[in-house]
Amino acid sequence: MENFSGKIWVLGDDIDTDIIIPTEYLALKTVNDMAPYAFSPLRPELAAQIKEGDILVAGKNFGCGSSREQAPEIIKALGVKAVIAKSFARIFFRNAINNGLLLIENDKLRDAVNEGDEITVTMNEAIEHKGMKYPITSLPQNLVEILEAGGLVKAMQKRNRF
Amino acid sequence: MGLTVIEKIIRNNIGRDVKPGEIVTVNVDRVMIHDIFIPFVASKFEEMGFQKLWDPDKAVLIYDHLVPASQVDDTRHFKVGNEFVEKYGMKNIHRADGICHQLMTEAGYVKPGNIVFGTDSHTTTYGCVGAFSSGIGYTEMASILGTGTLWIRVPETIKVHITGKLPENVMAKDIILKLIGDLGADGATYKALEFAGDTIEEMSVASRMSMSNMAIEAGAKCALFTPDEKTAAYCGIALTDKEKDLVGDDDAVYCQVINYKAEDFVPVMACPSNVDNIKPVSELVGTKIDQVFIGSCTNGRLEDLMAAAEILKGKKVAPFVKLIVTPASRKIYREATQNGTLAVLAEAGAIITHPSCGLCCGRTGGILTDGERVVATNNRNFLGRMGTSKVEIYLASPKSAAACAVAGEIVMP
Amino acid sequence: MGMTMAEKIIAAAAGVEEVKAGDIHTVELDRLMSNDGTTHLTIDMYHQLKEPRIADVNKLVWIMDHNVPCDSVKTAASHKKMRDFAKEHGIRFYEGAGVCHQVMMENHVTSGELIFGADSHTCAYGAVGAFGTGVGCTDYLYAMVTGKSWLLVPETLRFNLKGKLRDGVYARDLILSIIGMIGANGANYMAMEFGGEGLKTLNMSDRIAVCNLCVEAGAKTALMEIDEVTLDYLKAHGREPKHCFASDDDAVYAHVYEIDLSAIKPIVAKPHFVDSVVDAKECVGTHIDEAFLGSCNNGRIEDLRVGAELIQGKKVHPLVRFLVVPASAKVYQQALSEGIIDTFMEAGAIVMNPNCSVCWGSCQGVIGENEVLISTGTRNFKGRAGHKDSFVYLASAATVTASAIKGEIATADMI
Repeated sequence: MENFSGKIWVLGDDIDTDIIIPTEYLALKTVNDMAPYAFSPLRPELAAQIKEGDILVAGKNFGCGSSREQAPEIIKALGVKAVIAKSFARIFFRNAINNGLLLIENDKLRDAVNEGDEITVTMNEAIEHKGMKYPITSLPQNLVEILEAGGLVKAMQKRNRF
Repeated sequence: MGLTVIEKIIRNNIGRDVKPGEIVTVNVDRVMIHDIFIPFVASKFEEMGFQKLWDPDKAVLIYDHLVPASQVDDTRHFKVGNEFVEKYGMKNIHRADGICHQLMTEAGYVKPGNIVFGTDSHTTTYGCVGAFSSGIGYTEMASILGTGTLWIRVPETIKVHITGKLPENVMAKDIILKLIGDLGADGATYKALEFAGDTIEEMSVASRMSMSNMAIEAGAKCALFTPDEKTAAYCGIALTDKEKDLVGDDDAVYCQVINYKAEDFVPVMACPSNVDNIKPVSELVGTKIDQVFIGSCTNGRLEDLMAAAEILKGKKVAPFVKLIVTPASRKIYREATQNGTLAVLAEAGAIITHPSCGLCCGRTGGILTDGERVVATNNRNFLGRMGTSKVEIYLASPKSAAACAVAGEIVMP
Repeated sequence: MGMTMAEKIIAAAAGVEEVKAGDIHTVELDRLMSNDGTTHLTIDMYHQLKEPRIADVNKLVWIMDHNVPCDSVKTAASHKKMRDFAKEHGIRFYEGAGVCHQVMMENHVTSGELIFGADSHTCAYGAVGAFGTGVGCTDYLYAMVTGKSWLLVPETLRFNLKGKLRDGVYARDLILSIIGMIGANGANYMAMEFGGEGLKTLNMSDRIAVCNLCVEAGAKTALMEIDEVTLDYLKAHGREPKHCFASDDDAVYAHVYEIDLSAIKPIVAKPHFVDSVVDAKECVGTHIDEAFLGSCNNGRIEDLRVGAELIQGKKVHPLVRFLVVPASAKVYQQALSEGIIDTFMEAGAIVMNPNCSVCWGSCQGVIGENEVLISTGTRNFKGRAGHKDSFVYLASAATVTASAIKGEIATADMI
């Protein structure tokens, strides 16, 4: 995966899946129909403000709660390049990888940044913010393969020669 | 070296010993898909290029979040589900029988030692009968439907050991809430919880279910109870030696061991708007409420309804307060009808709905608005979960909830 | 000159000796019913008044029934407004007790009263010889503030009933037949009055079903002759009649119809009009997705008994959603104690809490695009039960239950 830079949006701890997409909107037909309601219980204006290539930076336990995969899909649909959080809830973590949404764990960055700042991510190495470098670890190989295939659907298509 | 319960289940599944941190591919015994996600599972499954289900009998489809339909597009999910069932020869489908997690164990789809995945975070519930069960997204579900396998990381285990006799007004719900408070909402992330001790042994399977159900609220991958005679009776089976052996070995390695004395527990509530924001009910007494909800896969079972009925018998729900009761399954609804529990609740003024997810999933069943406060027996109090973001949700046991319904404010059960 | 029941009730309420059709009178109202369909709008208007006041709070009955339990944040806000207002002003308030008209019949309405309800099916109260009529929230607000309103004295259509409904034929079939006969506007502005020997064969539940649906013929109100059945019902509910008016022999009717009850057959009203009625047999075999047994029209214990008897020991068709919704908490409790609820649950039905739900296409049991519902509800207008492109057939509890079992429209004799 390539290195990238982007503007950040900053969120707190325990951003749950009901905040990312309330159940009320879960039966809308497509993820694009749902995307405008992303984060609406917490910051109703946020979905419209996020631009292609932006990065979310959050506290601990990002994505806790339900198994709704619309959560990472919507974040991806909003154009978010990556989510950097102190930690991720496990179902969200799997769902994000399976949809090709990059997640990066770092427990220091969140408390050092302000919303609107620019950061640069060097894959498998570090995040750079105002001259400071925050090291990041690399993902297990099986996950990298899914991410590189562009998500689990594509990985399975390859398997099924579809 | 000894093994934890999860290590044994995975060992039995793949045929070799494993240790935490390893990534292994397991053979899936059963999967559960519910109505909200079936259209997504179906489309991903076909997009992936699969022609047939790996084993149609191992898949269970349950309509519960959208029953009864409250928005005009809801029934599309039933249509897609019915078509999927027909096309791929599935037999296990429940269209209006109750909440998925209740049905999976109640209808015998899950047995001790099974590995089960579901498109719902509260799939951890089946740990109540000693199954490794966990929630996944719809893309992974589609891939399991095609392959029958899933990769997992063998989790470390937190052991929770409880001994002694619980006070009269304390229920299993209070224990799990207290534990979540102590661990924090991410305290068990990626890990397995394992419950043991004589308090746990004394507990009904239904009470264990309330606890395994909520393990996800501490981030846990699964929550395991050792199968015993109660489990056998509940599942309608005789336990094999392998199933009886699903107990943590004395020399098993745990990343954390938590000990509780049952006598120390008090009624608690999870306060707005985090499940780990736990306070003793005694500190919340006098807080005015607008609604009480008794139901969900956490606390909609017969023993929960009976505990509430005992408190509500001969009393009335406070004026201008609503009490909504949603039994977890058709079977429970019928049992509660036959033993007079529903009659007591109805007489007290409860609004009794059809078994489904109801208010817990926030689509219908008692949605609230700004400034309103609800005491609820379900599993989540997230911002906006039951209405606007200015609704305050307190999670409690059925006994606490019933007592609050009568008082119109938070009181001790 | 003689007066009809409707004229006598209005005359009494206006404090005059005599009224005749076409007159406009200011009347004193006995009761004012409002539900969560529109009460929030009434409250908004109330707050815009210069000197808001309630003439007599004891006349007001507010009932939460359309969306119980609440199904959206929008309704939740309306509900809170209504609940808070009721609490603040000491208004008689029900939530979870059932559909407004059934709750009114069980607890409040008595013979000879003049009642406004902010709901079109308020004409149901004629079952005990009360003049009930539906009004909009502006009319409601005026009545709430002054205790009075104006009323055009309606002409009356008289229906003389004779004979007895055959087994397997219900009051529901009777009123659908009548609406089919006179048309959806056949009684516009008029009162529909029912009497004759045949009336005595109809129990109170039948009478409510008949009166309730008269608005579907455009009627302003419906009235039934007061008899032993009426007085027994009132007595059983702890109430006395206010007036026992009967139409005079020389009362003037716009038209008199003779109805032979024994000639009535099971009826289905096809989409999308209530007067689009046919012999139920003509619809047999029509695919359905959902069946609904409930509503203020047909959700009483008598209706549930009919359904339960048919479905006992059988199963709902797997591809049909069969919603059973008792009309009130009292009906639900009675059905619980008779084992009827358990029978429906055993058969695979979805038993809901008492509310309006499917009948008005909100809250619960909403149907989707191109779906077909067979219903004991009050209306089959286009889009009434959910998606704008969906279809509603109206029929009796027996036909609806038979259809739920078969998975397509069927009559009870086919089960």
